[in-house]
Amino acid sequence: MLINYPFIAVFFIASVIFPFIPLIMGYLVAPKRPTEGKKSTYECGLEAIGDIWVQFRVQYYLYAIAFVVFDVEVVFLYPWAVSFGQIGVFALIAMSIFLLILVASLIYDWRKGALEWI
Amino acid sequence: MKAEGTMIKTEELQINIGPQHPSTHGVFRMLVTVDGETIVDLKPVFGYLHRNHEQIAEVNTYLQNMPYTDRLDYFNSMANNQAYAMAVEKLAEIEVPERAEYIRVIMVELTRILNHASALGFLINDMGAWQTPLAFGMREREKILDLFESTSGARLMCNYFRFGGVVRDLPPDFVPRLQSLLTGLPTFIDEFERMLRENEILRIRSEGIGVLPKEVAISYSVTGPVLRGSGIPYDIRKAEPYSIYDRFDFDVPIGTVGDVYDRFLVRIEEMRQSKRILEQALKQLPDAEGGHINPKARQNIRPPVGDAYTRIESPKGELGFYLVSDGGQTPYRYKVRAPSFINLTPLSDMCRGYKVADVVVILGSIDIVMGEVDR
Amino acid sequence: MDDIVVQVLIMLVQVVVLVLAISTGFAYLTLFERRLLARMQNRVGPNRAGPGGFLQPAADAVKLFFKEDVIPTLVDRGVYLLAPALAVIPALLIWAVIPFGCLNIAGDYQACFADPATNPNLHNIFQLADIDIGVLYLLAITSIGVYGITLAGWASNSKYAMLGGIRASAQLISYELALSSAVLAAVMMAGTLSTHEVIYQQMTMWFVIPQLLGFVLFLISGTAELVRAPFDLVEAEQELTSGYNAEYGSMKFALFFMSEYIKMIAISAIAVTLYLGGWNAPGLELLGSLMTGMAGPLVGSIAVGLASFLVFLVKVVLILFLFVWMRASWPRVRYDKLMYMGWKWLLPLALLNVAMTAVFVVVLPDALIHSVALFVASLVVMAVAYVVSSRVKPAPSRSRIKMVQPEVPRRPSS
Repeated sequence: MLINYPFIAVFFIASVIFPFIPLIMGYLVAPKRPTEGKKSTYECGLEAIGDIWVQFRVQYYLYAIAFVVFDVEVVFLYPWAVSFGQIGVFALIAMSIFLLILVASLIYDWRKGALEWI
Repeated sequence: MKAEGTMIKTEELQINIGPQHPSTHGVFRMLVTVDGETIVDLKPVFGYLHRNHEQIAEVNTYLQNMPYTDRLDYFNSMANNQAYAMAVEKLAEIEVPERAEYIRVIMVELTRILNHASALGFLINDMGAWQTPLAFGMREREKILDLFESTSGARLMCNYFRFGGVVRDLPPDFVPRLQSLLTGLPTFIDEFERMLRENEILRIRSEGIGVLPKEVAISYSVTGPVLRGSGIPYDIRKAEPYSIYDRFDFDVPIGTVGDVYDRFLVRIEEMRQSKRILEQALKQLPDAEGGHINPKARQNIRPPVGDAYTRIESPKGELGFYLVSDGGQTPYRYKVRAPSFINLTPLSDMCRGYKVADVVVILGSIDIVMGEVDR
Repeated sequence: MDDIVVQVLIMLVQVVVLVLAISTGFAYLTLFERRLLARMQNRVGPNRAGPGGFLQPAADAVKLFFKEDVIPTLVDRGVYLLAPALAVIPALLIWAVIPFGCLNIAGDYQACFADPATNPNLHNIFQLADIDIGVLYLLAITSIGVYGITLAGWASNSKYAMLGGIRASAQLISYELALSSAVLAAVMMAGTLSTHEVIYQQMTMWFVIPQLLGFVLFLISGTAELVRAPFDLVEAEQELTSGYNAEYGSMKFALFFMSEYIKMIAISAIAVTLYLGGWNAPGLELLGSLMTGMAGPLVGSIAVGLASFLVFLVKVVLILFLFVWMRASWPRVRYDKLMYMGWKWLLPLALLNVAMTAVFVVVLPDALIHSVALFVASLVVMAVAYVVSSRVKPAPSRSRIKMVQPEVPRRPSS
C-alpha cells in the first residue's frame, strides 16, 4: 500500500504542470492588443463605484466557524467508522455520545440563529 | 446594517446591475445598494434606448407612424398597431367594418398568447432555469409567428393594421391553421403549467417575493397582469370594452397575494382566456359583415383639428395613444402611454428587503420591453 | 534494477495516459452536455464540426487558444493568474485514487475479485494508487477545490466576481459537511477507506441499497459541491453575470470550465465507486474465467480489465446524464434557501443516516438483514422528510388565482 504514495507524488507533479501547458501555449499564440477599455473591470459597462474589498457581512464568517467545528468532528468520526464493526457495542455507545454533542451544537447554532441567512 | 454597540461593522456595497447585463431585458440599469446580499436600496435608471420616438412621430405622416409603433414593444407589434389605429380612427372619425374588427381581435389575442408564453419563459430563465422553459415557450411563439407571417408578411414587425381595417384579408388557409393551433394550445399551456407550477424551487423563488400591495399598485397606476396579480379585477377589455370585446365571454384572472408567483399564474390563466376569445371570434367570423378594410377610408389623411386618446389592454397593460391634430398631415403631438414604463416605476418598492437574486426575478415578472420603456 | 525501471516506466505511462484521458473526457463531456441539453430543449445542438459535432470540442479549444489574453488593470496579478491553475489541480488530483477498472498485469483476473487483505498479488493499472486512506483523500482534495474559485473571485477586483467568490466559499463549506457525513455512512458499511476495498465490499450488494438515503444526500450535496445547476449560484449568469469568472477570458477561462467538468466526472466516479459497485458488474467474473479458459490468464485479465472499464464508464455516464438533466429542468435555488437546505435538512439527515447505519450494523450483524433494514429505514426517513417539508411549505392551492367577471358597462349605442 505504501508503494502507492510515490504514484500520487508523480501524479501531483503532473497535475501541477498540466494546467500551465495550455496557459503558456495560450499566452504564446493569443493576440495581445490591450486597450484601456479592454483592461477595465466589468461593471455592466459603467465605471465601478466605490471600493470592492470592503468589510463584508459577518454571516459568511459565522458559517465558516460553524463549518470548522463540524468538519473537525466529522473527521474524528472517520477512524471510528472504519473499525466500529469490530469494536461493537462499546464503540457504538461512545460514538453516540460524541454524535449527541455534535447534534447538540447543531441545535444550539440553529436556536441561536447562526444558521439564519439575513 | 448600522454599527450598533458591539455589532461588527459591515459596509454596504453599490452594484450596477445593467446596462450591459444579461438579465435586464435590454439596456436597463439598476443601481443597487446591498448589505451582504440584501437589497437596501434600488434606483432604476433608464433612457439608454431612447430614440426620440414621440418627436419623430411628429414629423411623419399618420400612416408613416404605423410601422414605427411596431418598434415600441417589439413582442406585441399587433397590439401597438391596434392602439394607434384606434386613436387615428377616433381622431379622423373612420368607421371600421365588422370583419376587420374580428381580424384585429384575433391578431391581438394571438399576440397576448405569444407575449405571455415568452414572458413566462424569460421569467423562469431569470430564475436560472437553463433555457428549457424558454425553449418551450418559444416553440409556441414560433407557431403564432408563422401565422403572422402568412397574413402580414412579417414575423415580428407586422405593420398589419391600417386606418379603417387591416392591410389585407386573411389568407384562405388561415382559419384552418389557426384552428389546429388552438387545438394544440391547451396541451402546451397545461404542459407549461405542470412543468413548474408545483416545482419546489420555482415556488421558493416566487412565493412571497416582490409583493406589490393593492394600494401601492393603484397609487403607481400599474396596469395589466401586474395589477391583476395584486388582486384588482381591472381589465380594459371589460372596464371599457373597445373594438368588439363586449361580444366575447371571458373571465379576468386575479391573484390574491400580489407576488411573483401570482403574476406567473395570472399570465398562464390569461393565455387560456385568450384561447376562449379566439375560439368565439373564429366562430363568429364568417357572419361578420364588411371586408377587411373600410373602402372609403383614406390612408393619407388630414384629420380635423382636435385631440383623441384611446387605450387598449395590451398584453403588458394599458397601452394608450394620445394624438393632437392641427389639421395637417402630421400629428401635432403624439404621446404614448407605455405600460412597461409605468409598471416599472414601483420596482424599487418591490425590491427593497429582498435578495440580489430576487431583483432579476421581480424585474422579469413585471415583463418589460426596453423598446417601450425608453421609446 | 530492471524491475524498478519497468515499474517507473509503467507509472509514468499511467500518469500521462490518465491526464490525457481526463482532458479528453472533459472535452467530450462538454459535447455530451450540449447535445443532450439541446435534445431536451427541442434543438439540435452543435452538429457542424465533424460528423455529429464530433470535432466541436477541438474547435472550441482552438478558438479559446486564439482568444485575446486580457488582464484587467485592477486585478491582483499574481493571484489572478494562479487561480485557474489552482482550480484545475485539485480536480485532476481526485483521480489518483479512483479505480476506473481492474486490469491486473501482475497475474490473472481473479486477483481483482479476491479479498484485498489476503491477496497482495494485484497490480491494477486502471487505478493509479490504491492508498489505504483513499476515501479521506477524495474528501480532502474535493474540498481544496474551493480555493481556485474563491481566490479568482477575490483577485478579480470586480463586484460580481467578489460576490461569486464569497458565495462559493460559503456554499462549498456548507455542503462539504453534508457530503462528508453522507460518505461517512458508506465508509461504515465498507469498514475501510481504501477505494479498491470499498468496491470489493460491494461484490455481493451495492451500497446504494442500504445507503439509499446516503446516496441521495451524496448526489444533492455533490451537485452543490460542483456548483452545478440548480446550485450554480456562484456563477449565476442572471444575477452575477457569471460570478467568479466574470473577469477571465481565453485559456484562463477555459481552465475554470475544465475544472468544473473534470470535477463533475470525478464526483460521478466517486458516487459510482462508493454506492454503485464501482467497475464491478454481475458476469464479469464469468467473462474472466471464460477468457482465461480460452486464451490464458493474460487475455482473461485484459478482457476483465476492458469490460470493467466499460461498466465503469456506463455507470458514470448515467450519473452525468442525471446532472445534465437537472440542469435542463430546474430553476436556480436562492442563496439563503441553499444555506438553509444544507444546514437544516441535509446535515441533520446525514447525521441521522450515520446513526441509523451504526445502530443497524451493530444490532443486526448479518449483512443481508441489516442492508434490507437500512433500505426500509431510508425509505421511511425520506417519506417522513417529504411529508415534513410539504407541511412546512404546503402546495399552492388552486384558489390562489380567482376568476372574476368585472362589471361590464354596456357600450353606448351609437
